[in-house]
Amino acid sequence: MIRIHKRPFMPLWQRILVRAAAIIAALVINGLIIYSLTKMNPLKVYETMFTGVFGSERRIWNSIRELMLLLCIGVGLAPAFKMKFWNIGAEGQILLGGLASAACMLYMNSLPNALLLFIMFVASLIAGGAWGFVPAVAKAKLGANETLFTLMMNYIAIHLTAFFVTFWENSYGSGIVGTINADTMKGWFPPLFGMAYGMNVLIVLLLVVLVFCYLRYTKQGYEIAVVGGSESTAKYAGISVPRVTVRTVTLSGAICGVAGFIAVAGQGHTISVSTAGGRGFVAIIVAWLAKFNTFVMMLIAFLLVFLEQGAKEIASRFNINDDLSKMIMGVILFFILGSEFFINYRLSAGKTEQA
Amino acid sequence: MEVFITLIQAAVSFGTVIMFGAVGEILTEKSGNLNLGVPGTMYMGGIASLASSFFYERACQSAGVAPSPVLLVVIPMVCAFLAAALGGLIYSFLTVTLRTNQNVTGLTLTIFGAGLANFFGGSLNMLAGGVGQISVAATSEVYRAGVFSFMPLPESVMKLLFNYGFLTYLAVAAGIALHIFLNKTGKGLNLRAVGENPATADAAGISVTKNKYLATCVGAGVTGLGGLYYVMDYVKGTWANDGTIENLGWLAVALVIFATWKPIRSIWGSYLFGVLFWAYLMFASGLTRRSQELFNMLPYVITIIVLIIVSLRKKKEDQPPSSLGLAYFREDR
Repeated sequence: MIRIHKRPFMPLWQRILVRAAAIIAALVINGLIIYSLTKMNPLKVYETMFTGVFGSERRIWNSIRELMLLLCIGVGLAPAFKMKFWNIGAEGQILLGGLASAACMLYMNSLPNALLLFIMFVASLIAGGAWGFVPAVAKAKLGANETLFTLMMNYIAIHLTAFFVTFWENSYGSGIVGTINADTMKGWFPPLFGMAYGMNVLIVLLLVVLVFCYLRYTKQGYEIAVVGGSESTAKYAGISVPRVTVRTVTLSGAICGVAGFIAVAGQGHTISVSTAGGRGFVAIIVAWLAKFNTFVMMLIAFLLVFLEQGAKEIASRFNINDDLSKMIMGVILFFILGSEFFINYRLSAGKTEQA
Repeated sequence: MEVFITLIQAAVSFGTVIMFGAVGEILTEKSGNLNLGVPGTMYMGGIASLASSFFYERACQSAGVAPSPVLLVVIPMVCAFLAAALGGLIYSFLTVTLRTNQNVTGLTLTIFGAGLANFFGGSLNMLAGGVGQISVAATSEVYRAGVFSFMPLPESVMKLLFNYGFLTYLAVAAGIALHIFLNKTGKGLNLRAVGENPATADAAGISVTKNKYLATCVGAGVTGLGGLYYVMDYVKGTWANDGTIENLGWLAVALVIFATWKPIRSIWGSYLFGVLFWAYLMFASGLTRRSQELFNMLPYVITIIVLIIVSLRKKKEDQPPSSLGLAYFREDR
């Protein structure tokens, strides 16, 4: 019989070692999966992935762009999750932010670009925030289950997006909006210091720092931690749990809305039901694994983006389906999740007393 | 009348997919496991059924024998159930044995299952060659054959009630069976005890681990049958990487709340969702694609309203299992 003990503390180097072992184990399994599909030397597989991610300047920038978007969503989710509010509605919040941005691009394209971008930013904040506000109020006032509420909000957002796409579709009946303002580039991020995606990087890194400081050094951040730790403690300490809930989740939704803004203004220059593309769900796992530390999120988001872009490279080179990347991502996440157990618990052989 | 019949048929077909999903998920959630991997397990069931029937049909073809109707039914069904149950097993191992967070693990299962299914689905499409569209026509035909079509009833009655494939009736039977299991049997009572208060159940000598594993794996297997039905009946033995299964899977999760964890309610609830989803057919002439999108929003809006009403009324029998989403550690007791 194996006994399980809770481990009081594990030194940092051991924690890193456990996680590294999990990642290596997952990479080996993934290598085997890819080998069985492509008959490609498993080591060569990762070399190919590496060139897929870093092979050329354009690829590097594509990877950075993907990384920033995922990171932005993860950063947005962090406050809500730290409060133990299961916001799985990031998909919807991103879409709403994207919708608001796209609407501004379409209807205010006579404004100067800087002003337009600012309005888009504010609009996406409000739209995403509203999409977080509704379930937050339901949770705070009525105790409605937020996991399920936010999930439903995703689908309302998806159909709402599809609804607006029919208004904005470019070439009637095509069902797609197409590139917005392709000729004037109004509402597009201008290159920053000569880098096409410079604005994406700047905004997201700013958010990383701001949210990190907000959670760690401000009174509101402290309140979030207390509510997340124990609601009764929070009440006893005189913290209004409903108020903190609504404030935090609205903020969380607003940042996810900004991710939608970045996806539209800095990346796709269009809007569709797949603008969020499942990133809202992946980002939850990023935020969770990073224990809501926005800097650790960078590492995890990097790992996932590396896998995704790399797997796409393999898929295109071998003419196989690029959903391969999602499967591989699933395997690696299973391993990382499972490895937490060995950080939190200690196993020892021995007889258990019968309960 | 013609339109009404079309609407009901579409609604039943739509409802059957999510009914399997919801019945499986109710069983899972009654053990206290909130498995958000429903879309993933549904995907795994769907692709397993498609792949197995594809290879069986091809083997028959190259051997030059006619495929046996029994095997055409049994092979994909067993494969769908087992593949989905395997998803449930991964979930149980991680959440029960390795004590990972249920929400995160479930979401990962959804990503994994969707990736796996779309990867192999896309590959099968290529393998099938030609226009790049796989079709397991023989299997699909057996699944879609009306089991009660021998009955001598007026045509419209037949079309409304008795012309569906056997899985349609199996879904209803599964819902009723789960109702009886949960409410009339000792084992069902044990399972509910585990979901409500695992510490008490444990003290009473009920194995929490065994119950959670079993309920989750069987529940996932039943969910997988939803994938089987989707592939064989809803899309008539084909595959498209369009994410429909994922949407239906999430709708099944919504249905569990709508049904307030009661299998019988999930039966009529799933048909209601189907009617709502396809309601625009009734007004097809006056509707544009625009208003369709708004109609398609209805099931989700109504689920939210139900969620709010349930929270407002705070009726005891409408609440989720008390320990839903929480891991149980005996040492923490």
